[in-house]
Amino acid sequence: MAVLLTKRARVLVQGITGHQGTFHTRAMLDFGTKVVAGVTPGKGGSKVEGVPVYDSVREAVQRRRANASIVFVPAPFAKDATIEAIQAGLKLIVVITERIPFHDCLELMPYARSRGCVVIGPNCPGIISPGHAKMGIMPNHIFGTGDVGVISRSGTLTYEIVNEITKAGFGQSTCIGIGGDPVVGTNMVEALALFQKDRATKRIVVVGEIGGTAEEETAEYVKKHVSKPVVGYVAGRTAPPGKRMGHAGAIIQGTTGTAESKMRAFADAGVPVADYPADVPRLLASS
Amino acid sequence: MKFLEHKAKEVFARYGIPVPRGIVVSSPDGIVDPPLPCMVKAQVLVGGRGKAGGIRPASTLEEARQAASEILGMAIGGYRVKEVLLAERLAIEKELYLSLTIDRSAREPLLMASALGGVDIESVPRDEIFLEHVPAMIGIQPYAIRALRKRLGLPKGVGDQVADIVRKAYDLFRHEDAELVEINPLAVTTDGRVVAGDAKLVVDDNAEYRHPEYAAMDQDRTPLEAEAHDKGITFIQLDGDVGVIANGAGLTMATLDILNLKGGRGGTFLDLGGTDDPAKVREAFEILMKAQPSVILLNIFGGITKADTVAVGIQQALDAMPSKIPVVARIKGVNEERAKDLLREIGTHPAETIEEAAELAVKVRAGGR
Repeated sequence: MAVLLTKRARVLVQGITGHQGTFHTRAMLDFGTKVVAGVTPGKGGSKVEGVPVYDSVREAVQRRRANASIVFVPAPFAKDATIEAIQAGLKLIVVITERIPFHDCLELMPYARSRGCVVIGPNCPGIISPGHAKMGIMPNHIFGTGDVGVISRSGTLTYEIVNEITKAGFGQSTCIGIGGDPVVGTNMVEALALFQKDRATKRIVVVGEIGGTAEEETAEYVKKHVSKPVVGYVAGRTAPPGKRMGHAGAIIQGTTGTAESKMRAFADAGVPVADYPADVPRLLASS
Repeated sequence: MKFLEHKAKEVFARYGIPVPRGIVVSSPDGIVDPPLPCMVKAQVLVGGRGKAGGIRPASTLEEARQAASEILGMAIGGYRVKEVLLAERLAIEKELYLSLTIDRSAREPLLMASALGGVDIESVPRDEIFLEHVPAMIGIQPYAIRALRKRLGLPKGVGDQVADIVRKAYDLFRHEDAELVEINPLAVTTDGRVVAGDAKLVVDDNAEYRHPEYAAMDQDRTPLEAEAHDKGITFIQLDGDVGVIANGAGLTMATLDILNLKGGRGGTFLDLGGTDDPAKVREAFEILMKAQPSVILLNIFGGITKADTVAVGIQQALDAMPSKIPVVARIKGVNEERAKDLLREIGTHPAETIEEAAELAVKVRAGGR
């Protein structure tokens, strides 16, 4: 098995007729994902990469039994699109869109949870379970089937690390890009709990960065609840305080969110922290 | 978007939160009829202005002009003081603290208050701080305000005013898409009024499209950072000398970290994002070269990004802005062999891995090639 995303997913693409939506629909299909429908209001009746397009999520669910959605719609419309998917009963929604206002997410995330819906993102590369499916924008070829669960706040840095893991002969059970925003649907601890329970996952890699206290909370969780080996990486050791380092969530505020604090928390929890991406598979092998 | 104190107070006033009377000037001559006695306060976006001498009392017009002329032009935290606020001096009996922030872990707004205001909240003992999460979909409820009043031990008249301010501050927080609303001190005057002595406001950059009126405000950016921002380029100047450019925020940070581990110091954080459009790459490189780094370290991990078109952008930038700045480039992605050939042709130093690229950048910088 894998975490959250398996072969059983019948994926809907919201914003399928946009440039990104179309491009990544092709790539998801190539990875073996069952992309069963697309939604773009006003474009119902057309097809993208052979996938039928509908005007609303409800139609896509009724006609094509979609049970998960990936959202590519622009930030001003992302809240609307996600609520529409929740109301149509979908239980897994991946929001790729970046630059969604924080207050939209403050409403969206607790609401999704109250409906038993798991949201991944926003501002994330998505989720991928090699051998099963991909709901995301990651490059297909760097992944391989295996037993490493990967959790990350970043995009390209994840690819770099996944590439090293795969090159070293490991593969991934599932890789979850939780997103670089301050308010995310699935946080690091929640993702970690899923991997701890998953039988296909034997070891876990956590890619953190400066800002917030997710890594510190993750370290606490590891101490109490995780029996599988965990390897960490923390980006932003040289970042100055008070500056947003590209991601909305990557900011040291006062004394909160420093790389030093996160690395110390990981070390206290017995989680080795890699200096270089290439060290990650080495630490996995020795853990 | 960070707000200067006087800009934040304008917004506060719009929401009905009491603020002291005040005027804003950019030259001492502009002071005609200040509220007296007053506090003359440097308007900067960085903290620590009191300690830096940027806040002074004045009782007469002459004193106000004198204080203003001393504060204007001062450098506080690396930024020039361009404006001062002359605010009515309050007869303060007690200083409270009030703020609304986003609690990232709880994924909810957080209301904080303390009877020990006027100092940095990080220095206030935890058990002296009232904390209550607010469900964003529902908003602030009366119980939270009752609990706050009791916890701070507020008498009836003052308590009623504070309750009103809390409700208005939350309205502001929501409707203005704020990340932070902080009133410190929230002053209780000797005549029993409650007034916002200071005002901090940060509005979410992602919500700029809902608040276009704030887009033109000065931010704490260097001139080059401001130029990059206007062009939609994510760029931060740092205190090292190696110009670091990469794709993706996490990878750019990691590249800076690895450079540091190899003995170099980053002078820029430039996140190219997901683009492989040569024109955008060229624009980013032009910003980077204006920062005058001793060497440029480029690190692209493009799963989908086309490496060769990124290389074309670099070529165009180097053609347009001939310079002696050496470039170390590590590019992974579609058509990476073609990219490497092109990079070699234009005299850059190709590298295979980040570690190798960082080592090479340090070496090239020292003059070895």
